[in-house]
Amino acid sequence: MVLLETSHLTKRFGGLVALRDVDLVVQERAIHSVIGPNGAGKTTLFNCITGFLVPDAGDIRFSGTSITGLRPDLVARLGIARTYQNIRLFRHLSVLDNVLIGLHPHINYSLLDAILRTPRYRRAERAAEREARELLAFVGLAGKEFFTAANLPYGDQRRLEIARALALRPKLLLLDEPTAGMNPHETEEMIRLIRRLRDERGITILLIEHDMKVVMNISDVVTVLDFGEKIAEGTPEEVRRDPRVIEAYLGRGAASGLGPSTLPLPGEA
Amino acid sequence: MIVRAARRAIFIGLVAGIAAWHLSLVGLIPAFAQRRLVGDTLTFSYALLIALLALAAFATGRRYPGAAQRIPWGILSALVSSLMLFLLALLVTHLNLRQILLNATPELARVLTFGGGASGAGLVRLLLIGLLAGLFAGGLSALPRPWGRVIVSAALMTLLLGLLRDVLGPLLPQVVTSFLYGTAGLSLAGAVVTFLLAAVLFTLRWSLRANAVTARATAAVPATVRQPVIQALLLLILASVPLWAGLFLSNVADFVGFYILMGLGLNLVLGFAGLLDLGYVAFFAVGAYTMAVLTSPEVGQRFTLDFWVALPIAVVTTVLAGLLVGLPVLRMRGDYLAIATLGFGEIVRLLVLSDWLKPYLGGAQGVTRIARPSIASWRIDSPQEFYLLVLISCLFAWFLSVRLRDSRLGRSWFAIREDEHVAQAMGINRVTVKLSAFAIGASFGGLSGALFASLVGSVVPASFSLLVSINVVALLVLGGMGSLPGVVVGALALVGLPELLREFQEYRLLVYGIVLIAMMLFRPAGLLPERIHRRELEEAVEEAREIAPAEIATGRG
Repeated sequence: MVLLETSHLTKRFGGLVALRDVDLVVQERAIHSVIGPNGAGKTTLFNCITGFLVPDAGDIRFSGTSITGLRPDLVARLGIARTYQNIRLFRHLSVLDNVLIGLHPHINYSLLDAILRTPRYRRAERAAEREARELLAFVGLAGKEFFTAANLPYGDQRRLEIARALALRPKLLLLDEPTAGMNPHETEEMIRLIRRLRDERGITILLIEHDMKVVMNISDVVTVLDFGEKIAEGTPEEVRRDPRVIEAYLGRGAASGLGPSTLPLPGEA
Repeated sequence: MIVRAARRAIFIGLVAGIAAWHLSLVGLIPAFAQRRLVGDTLTFSYALLIALLALAAFATGRRYPGAAQRIPWGILSALVSSLMLFLLALLVTHLNLRQILLNATPELARVLTFGGGASGAGLVRLLLIGLLAGLFAGGLSALPRPWGRVIVSAALMTLLLGLLRDVLGPLLPQVVTSFLYGTAGLSLAGAVVTFLLAAVLFTLRWSLRANAVTARATAAVPATVRQPVIQALLLLILASVPLWAGLFLSNVADFVGFYILMGLGLNLVLGFAGLLDLGYVAFFAVGAYTMAVLTSPEVGQRFTLDFWVALPIAVVTTVLAGLLVGLPVLRMRGDYLAIATLGFGEIVRLLVLSDWLKPYLGGAQGVTRIARPSIASWRIDSPQEFYLLVLISCLFAWFLSVRLRDSRLGRSWFAIREDEHVAQAMGINRVTVKLSAFAIGASFGGLSGALFASLVGSVVPASFSLLVSINVVALLVLGGMGSLPGVVVGALALVGLPELLREFQEYRLLVYGIVLIAMMLFRPAGLLPERIHRRELEEAVEEAREIAPAEIATGRG
């Protein structure tokens, strides 16, 4: 089953073509990586999918319906959540409030209920809090509910960002470099967490990642972008051997047999 | 080392001296020379000058670890400042500067030298006071942790009590007043007793706070019982104000109430949703003018409505005005939003001032004969009676603020304030959330304006100047953005206090500037900063789990 599909997606910034005719198919319950050198258009792709950028041409379909040009909050309500390359938490709020804000679309009571603290308000708030605590426990932040988000250690901030995204109850989760800046141990834990997202919660993952070890380790499918164009797609093994990918990463000479024949993993080359 | 330290001490002394020059030449210091605080000698001017000298000494000394360095360098700074004062005294005595500087009078020289004049006697007197101030400040900072603070707080309390003689005197029992106060300001004995009492109180408070953690755990009365009792007591005191406060104080309390209402309203917009609205006065004006037009027989269609009918209409009109302001500025943030809203504030003022709308809004003369409320046969007429109405409105606004803060909408405001982009990615509709902040925030301002119009009985465009907006923003900054108690403290300090200290009026903006800069430097979060509030529903469960600051790691862990 196809969950997300882009066809001929194009986005220009003035003269620069950030995305050109990108066709991407993300299968349900897949872990799908997008890689590519800096400036390849990966984050632009995310911004188009989440509605923050309106593509110049092409179509984006989610669960079969077009979401091209839809307002970001409506995209989010359809079940697409995201995290950011440079962590963007609500820094001055508590850890719990961060997640509760993510639950926003799923809390139902009127303003009057809130002002009068009706049973409906109490029920909804209590349920929301229970769910938020459960999500925090899921990512390993139980007991830190009332810390200020900005005071969490770096790795925990990444986890909190994921918990907040989960609060939207997404079908598709876009992760923008979830292991950036992490040490090997933290990276291991993040990989495990991403797997659990898919296996235990059935969430489809689309992730941007620079750490090849992570990409090769967890991806079902890898899509490679270079200068806004899709240059390769396939299983991690296929992509590693693709001459165009090697060229994009290592330069022209590498693909003509002078260099390594597969994309090196860190610590290998 | 020594040269460096000496240079620093002299520099700070010079800076304090220049500050004193400024305050003197703009007239602040001479204006307060008549205000006696304690006995017959200590005037407000002297207190200010001594405070400046002590501040210079303190600022110099705080760099050093021990009293052995703090005190001598502090004294040096204070002495340099004293010399600056003497220099100014010499200048104003021997040169005629009055053509340019109106306040450079011989009288100023007398004030600057603490009565000694620009002569040898004055110099000796100044240097002696500089020495004492330096010694005092250096010694204070060398005292162990709470004592310096206790002494300074007690001294400030004493001075404040002296300042408020004319207000407090008539309120206190005759015996207390005649003991406490002399012909002007506190009597000497009164000052000593006040100081000691205040010192004891501050010490108590400090030791209570130091033991707060253990006290909470062992308190005989749980918080769920204690809090409502405290709230009820507070309410009783607030409600009893008209009984013991005279006409003047009640009037001041009413105005403080108007600003608390506006502060609570702007707090929703600025404190919660982070939207800097510099034209908040517009809503105050809309509320006031709606009340005026609907109830006064002078303008418009010459029909009049009852106060109680006009009040909700005024509030609804302001809500509409809030939406009107909110819609075009939805996409703006920060500076741009501030400037756009500033424009709206001015537009409203110019509209009510215009000849074009004069038949409806009264033009420059404004509108008079605005209705007062009455309940059955009781006409709410005096400021004392009106106070109750203001109090109820403030309590209502406070109540709404709390309920909204703890709701889904409140969290959406916080999210927009923290990061608008991410808030949208969390499914928050930026348009409705921002507009609701503008609309609800505006309604408090409108309520305030409507009450104001009714109490004063007339509205004129001059009452709705930019200064009102600035006042409201300033009281939020002073109290702490997003903090509800902060609004009350801010309004009391920025609106109540200046009303009580009439001499301040002329220097109000100068004092505002100083206060705001000091706040930004030393307490950027405000006097009563908003903390992460625990959720009330779960409070009982969480009470055991206090967050130990040591556990909170910062940055990359």
